[in-house]
Amino acid sequence: MGRYVTRRLLQMIPVVIGTTFIIYALVWALPGDPFAGRCGARPCPPAYVQAMTDKYNLDDPLPIAYVKYLGSLLQGDFGETFQGLSVGEELLRAYPTTVKLALVAIAFEILIGIGAGILAGLRRGSFIDNLVLVSTLVVVSIPVFVIGSVLQLFLGMRWGIFPATVGGDASLYNLILPGFVLASLSLAYVARLTRTSLAENRRADYVRTAIAKGLPQRRVIGIHTMRNSLIPVITFIGADFGALLGGAIVTEGIFNVPGVGNLIFRSITTRDGVMVTGAVTVLVLVFLLVNLLVDLIYGWLDPRISHG
Amino acid sequence: MADPTPPVVLEVEAPAATETTVRTLGRDAWHDLVRKPTFIISAVLFLFFVTIAVVPSLFTSLTPTDCDLALSRQGPSSAAWFGYDNNGCDVYTHTIYGARASIMVGVLTALGVLILGGVAGTVAGFYGKATDTLVSRLGDIFFGIPLLLGALIVLVSFPGNAETPELVTISKVVLALAVLGWPQIMRITRSSVLQVRSADYVQAARALGAGGARMILKHVVPNSIAPVIVVATIAIGGYIAAEATLSFLGVGLQPPVVSWGLAISRAQDYVRTSPHMLLFPASALSLCVLAFIMLGDAIRDALDPKLR
Repeated sequence: MGRYVTRRLLQMIPVVIGTTFIIYALVWALPGDPFAGRCGARPCPPAYVQAMTDKYNLDDPLPIAYVKYLGSLLQGDFGETFQGLSVGEELLRAYPTTVKLALVAIAFEILIGIGAGILAGLRRGSFIDNLVLVSTLVVVSIPVFVIGSVLQLFLGMRWGIFPATVGGDASLYNLILPGFVLASLSLAYVARLTRTSLAENRRADYVRTAIAKGLPQRRVIGIHTMRNSLIPVITFIGADFGALLGGAIVTEGIFNVPGVGNLIFRSITTRDGVMVTGAVTVLVLVFLLVNLLVDLIYGWLDPRISHG
Repeated sequence: MADPTPPVVLEVEAPAATETTVRTLGRDAWHDLVRKPTFIISAVLFLFFVTIAVVPSLFTSLTPTDCDLALSRQGPSSAAWFGYDNNGCDVYTHTIYGARASIMVGVLTALGVLILGGVAGTVAGFYGKATDTLVSRLGDIFFGIPLLLGALIVLVSFPGNAETPELVTISKVVLALAVLGWPQIMRITRSSVLQVRSADYVQAARALGAGGARMILKHVVPNSIAPVIVVATIAIGGYIAAEATLSFLGVGLQPPVVSWGLAISRAQDYVRTSPHMLLFPASALSLCVLAFIMLGDAIRDALDPKLR
């Protein structure tokens, strides 16, 4: 177990370095003057350009500038944006909202996704089964920004059931609609995965044994079948949680949620390189760590899989 | 002199014999496919959208530039079934002409990903050892960058303007998506090639003295490509949605190009008063994505012998 974790952590290092290097190179090394439009209509004063060039090591060749950046990153210093804001503080401010939004989305995936999957999986070929299959296919085909815009139009503006935008007040109630939109795609996958997994396990030997022992239907399904069927579903939801923690650019944009996705989108469009590299580094790390955690949980839930 | 009747008798007997001939996997899959309603529906939709993309003038007598500001944002009527947009352009015409850019991006991206990921995956799977490690880790690095986020950074770094030719704008989006999307195909190709590599017929070819290139092209690729093609087909739907999302965020395709994503993006500002501007292009987009996903699903079911 300890060796497995160590090996996985070591394998992460080249991935993190590679990812951050690509982002760093894309942001800094591409053609175009990094100071264009930075100082309003006038060109920037030479003193300012000089100070900023020194601050971000813009005169160094790319690999050296990158290594310097990585060095300060290892000391926990994410640097400052062109406006002098601390990247670390900005990320800390945005993160709680994104975590809350991700939790709301996961709650929808569990409630609706697993619920619909169980209903469909228990009665294969029935009306409910076909309804779930068709509706998940439809949901998968509608891009998230379309679902977001349409739900915002009807539920938010026309009928006023939910607030149309979140703004500064990221309360749980305000996050219900964006959370549902964010969950929609994965919700459909969860439902399908639960259905397949359940249908497969209902024919398993241990289920037949449980029925033969004379256990009531409720116990056979609730305890024996369900616990085994939900293992792949839980790992899918776990991996999805890792991705959601990276922020949702589209959903946060539509509903004006002040989370990490919004922050990243804003800094990409204003070409705020330090913020982009810092945020991407954090979200790649979170994504990899959550995935490692999910793999460990998988081994714990299903002892047949060992990480010896 | 000789009477030509005997051959006719033989021909009459022939059809009975073909009933029992062995069908190949491809023929078998086709036999299954044409009896599946989802395949028929998705194939008809697919042909419909491809026809629209190739010859949009078949479906509308107007062109996207036939606009009359006096008609700005008028709702659907008998004269214009889908209504007019902000510039007084016919939304129906724009929806028809939008198919071309969207489908082009989807198909070209799938081709690019197929070439990049297919070659990388075949090489990694066939040669194994250090090559495999190198390619797989490289794939991990690109896999760690979220598709949308990476494409955003690439596209913001190479901005275009209204004078950029249509084809350049489209290929920029295609390149951005393909460069970040290839690891998915690489992983599937690799695992598919790994299964085939140790097969008897490959070993036989090796024993007969076939070189690496010959074994790959004649034996490995034809036997491992089916699942890859299926995933690529399903992915076309995803790429169309990704293009629309990027255009929606304002960095994908740019205004002289007509696309669904752009139309939806423009509609956002007037969604409260003129929802028809949003709903019609959004429906076309979703229907098109649905067609590709359903088509890929049906082909996968037909090609997968385990589901028989």
